Amino acid sequence: MRVDRWETLVVALLAAVTVAASLGVDGFANGSNVGFLLLDVTEIALMALTMTLVIVAAEIDLSVASTLGLCCAVLGRLWTAGLPIETIMPICLVVGALAGALNGLLVTRLGLPSLAVTIGTFALYRGLAYVILGDQAVADLPPAYTSLATQSVGPIPLMTLLVAALAVAAGILLHATGLGRAITALGANEEAAYFAGIRVKRIKFWLFVASGAMAGLASLVFTFRYASARADNGVGLELAVVAAVLLGGVSIFGGRGTLPGVVAAVLLLAVVRNALILADVANEVLNFVTGLLLVASVLAPNLKVRLERKPVQ
Amino acid sequence: MLALREVSKSFGAVRALRGVSLDLTPGEAHALAGENGAGKSTLVKILSGVHRPDEGTLLLDGEPVEFHGPADAQAAGVAVIYQEPTLFPDLSVTENIFMGRQPRRSLGRVDRRAMRARALDLFARLGVPLDPDRPARGLSIADQQLVEIAKALSRDARVLVMDEPTAALSGPEVERLFGVARSLRDQGCAVLFVSHRLDEMFALCRRVTTLRDGALVATDVLADLTPDDLVRRMVGRDLAALFPKQDTAPGEVALKVDRLTREGVFTDVSFEVRSGEIVALAGLVGAGRSEVARAVFGVDRRDAGSVHVGGRPLRPGSPTAAMAAGLALVPEDRRQQGLVMDLSIERNIGLTGLKWGLLSRAAERARATDWAIRLQVKYANLTDAVTVLSGGNQQKVVLAKWLARRPRVLIVDEPTRGIDVGTKAEVHRLLSELAAEGLAVLMISSELPEVLGMADRVLVMHEGRLVADVPRAEATEERIVAAATGRPA
Repeated sequence: MRVDRWETLVVALLAAVTVAASLGVDGFANGSNVGFLLLDVTEIALMALTMTLVIVAAEIDLSVASTLGLCCAVLGRLWTAGLPIETIMPICLVVGALAGALNGLLVTRLGLPSLAVTIGTFALYRGLAYVILGDQAVADLPPAYTSLATQSVGPIPLMTLLVAALAVAAGILLHATGLGRAITALGANEEAAYFAGIRVKRIKFWLFVASGAMAGLASLVFTFRYASARADNGVGLELAVVAAVLLGGVSIFGGRGTLPGVVAAVLLLAVVRNALILADVANEVLNFVTGLLLVASVLAPNLKVRLERKPVQ
Repeated sequence: MLALREVSKSFGAVRALRGVSLDLTPGEAHALAGENGAGKSTLVKILSGVHRPDEGTLLLDGEPVEFHGPADAQAAGVAVIYQEPTLFPDLSVTENIFMGRQPRRSLGRVDRRAMRARALDLFARLGVPLDPDRPARGLSIADQQLVEIAKALSRDARVLVMDEPTAALSGPEVERLFGVARSLRDQGCAVLFVSHRLDEMFALCRRVTTLRDGALVATDVLADLTPDDLVRRMVGRDLAALFPKQDTAPGEVALKVDRLTREGVFTDVSFEVRSGEIVALAGLVGAGRSEVARAVFGVDRRDAGSVHVGGRPLRPGSPTAAMAAGLALVPEDRRQQGLVMDLSIERNIGLTGLKWGLLSRAAERARATDWAIRLQVKYANLTDAVTVLSGGNQQKVVLAKWLARRPRVLIVDEPTRGIDVGTKAEVHRLLSELAAEGLAVLMISSELPEVLGMADRVLVMHEGRLVADVPRAEATEERIVAAATGRPA
C-alpha cells in the first residue's frame, strides 16, 4: 500500500497547531470558540467535498462560490415574492444543480477545458445573481431556519454534523465504490479509462452537477447562518475551497487524493485562521500564512516525485 | 561521406540494431528497406543525432564523429525530412526556413530583405514556385516537406535523410519531391530514402540496404534486383515452430463486421471471426488496421456499416456496450491506452469489472491473483504500481484485465510489440490456448512471422481497404507483403 505521507503530515500539522493554539492563544480552547470555528467553515467544507471528486477527476470548478451567490439571490427573490421557504429550498438545490449541469455540458459536450469554462461561469453566475436580486439584502428570513443553522448539539454545531455525514458519504463514494475507482482512474488516465469501458463523459457531467448542487446546499446554510440573502454572498470562497483540497493532498493533475486528507486540510486552515485572529495578527499576515501553506502543498508532492523518480537516461 | 560501422542499439531488452553498417556517398540516392520494426527508424534517429549508438562508430568523411544531439548532426550537414514536418504554423515560409539563423543587420535586427531573397534563391534551386511570404499554416504536407528541404539546403546540408516522405503524398507530389531529390543528388548530396513502397525505391535509388530484425541483410545495387528479390530479403526468415497455434475446428461466427467505413480512414471493411479462430489483420503501419479495431470496439465512431457480436447488432460509439456484448480490446499503446500507470496491478486488472456499488477488496484481490497466476505475471506485490513492471509483464496485466471479463471476442493490437522473446512466446501460447477454449481472436500484427505462425486466416489491409483474405494453407510472406504494399500477387 502506498503511504500517502502528505496526508499524514497534514493531520500531524493539524494536531500540532491545535495543541499549540490551545496552550498559547487565549480563548482558543473553549467550547464556544471551537463551535464558532467549526460553524464558520461549513460552506467551505461542504463545497470541498465535491471539489475533491472534481479535481481527482482532473477537472476543476471555479464557479462554486458564484453558484452559491446565485442560489442565495434566487432564495432572496422568491422569499420576497412570498413563496414558502419549504418550496424555495429545493428550488435552490435545483438551481445549483442546473448551474453545475451547464458547466458539465460545456466541458463534456464541447470538450472545453473546465478551467476556462468555470472562469466564464464564475462571472456569469455572479452577474446573474446581481440581475436577480440587485444590491438588496433580504433579511426577514424565518427564525425557525436561521436558528437551526446556528444550533449546536453540545459544543458541536448541527451543521458540522451535516458536514460530517456528507464527508463520510463522499469518502465511501471515492474510496470504496466502483464509481470512486472509476473517477480516480479517469483522472489519472482518461484514455485508458475510456478504453476500459468507463463512461468518462457521463461521470464528469454528473460530478459538475453534484458540485453545483452542493453549492446550492451551501447557499442555504450561508443564508440562514447570516440571516441574510445577498447577491454577493460567498465572494471569493472558491479559492478557499480549492486551497483546502490541494492542501489536503489532492493532485491538481487528477488521479490522486483522499477525502480524509481534504477534511484535515479544511480543519487545519480553519484552526490556523482562527488562532491567528484570536492572537490579533493582522489580516495581511493571515493571508500570507494561508498562501504559504498552499504553495507548500503544491510543491511538496512535486518535490517528492522528483526525489523518488530518478531521471531516465 | 557519412557512414555507419557495425552500429548496435538496444532499448531495454529489445535489440533494435545489431552490427549494422551503411555507406552514404555523394551524388547517390540510397534506399533503406525493411519491415515494420526492422530497425529503420532507429537507424534514422542515430544518423540524425536523436539516439547514440551503444556500439560501433559513425564516420563523417572517414573520420569518427559523435553526435550528442540533433544540433550536432545538423552542424555536420545531416538533414532529416520526416513524414509529417513540424513547422511553426503562424510564421511565414521564409521565417520557418531561417528560424534561429536569421541574417542580421546592425544592432541585431533581422535583415528581412536578405532573408526573403535567400528564400527565393533556395526555391529557384529546388525548382519549386513557393510563396516565401505566406504563413506555413495551410500548406500541404508536400509543400511543408519542401520548406524543410529548403531549410536543410540553407544550412548547406550534404546528407538528406527522407523518412517515409511519400506516405501522405499524392502521385504528382511524389513526382515533384523525386525531382527535387534527384537534383540535390546531382548537385552532390547524399540521399537516404526510407520507404515502404518498392516501386519508389526502384524509381529513385541506385543502391538499397535491407534490414531485418535489426540486422543487416544485404546492400545491393537495385538494378540487379527484382521487386520479389527485395521482398524476399525483407522477410526471408526461418519460420521455426516458435508460434504454436493448435488446430481447432472453428465454431460459429462470433464477430461479424459488415461494410464498416470511417471516412478518410478506412472503407467498406467486411470480415468474420469464428469462435476458436485466430484471424490476423496484417498490413503496413497506417493502413487503417488499428482504426478498424477502434471502431469495432466503439472507441471511435463509424460512419457506415455494422458490427454483430454473437449474431446481435452492436451499438456504435460505446466501449461500454461492446464490453457488455463480450468484446475486449487490448490496445496498441499499452502505456497510454491499456493501463493507468499510477494505479496498482490489482486495480488495473479490476478496472474492467467495476460495478456501481461498494467494492469488495477481497473479490478484487482474488480476481487479480487468479489472472496474474494464470498469465505468470512476475510481480512483487499486487499493490505495486504497474510502472515498476517490465514491458512484457505490463502487457500481461493488460491481457489479464480483459481476460478476467471472459470475453467472447478478443481483439489484440500488436500484442507482442516491444516485449522480450520469452514473454512473446508465452503470449502466443496463451492466445492459442484461449482459441482452443473457443475464444474468437482478431490479432493485429506488423510482425509477419507472428502472423504466419499464429493465424488461421490472414486479412490484409492496404490504404484503408481490405485487399486480401488468405487461409493459413496459402499464406506466405511474399503473398502478404505483396498485398500489403498494393502490388498484385
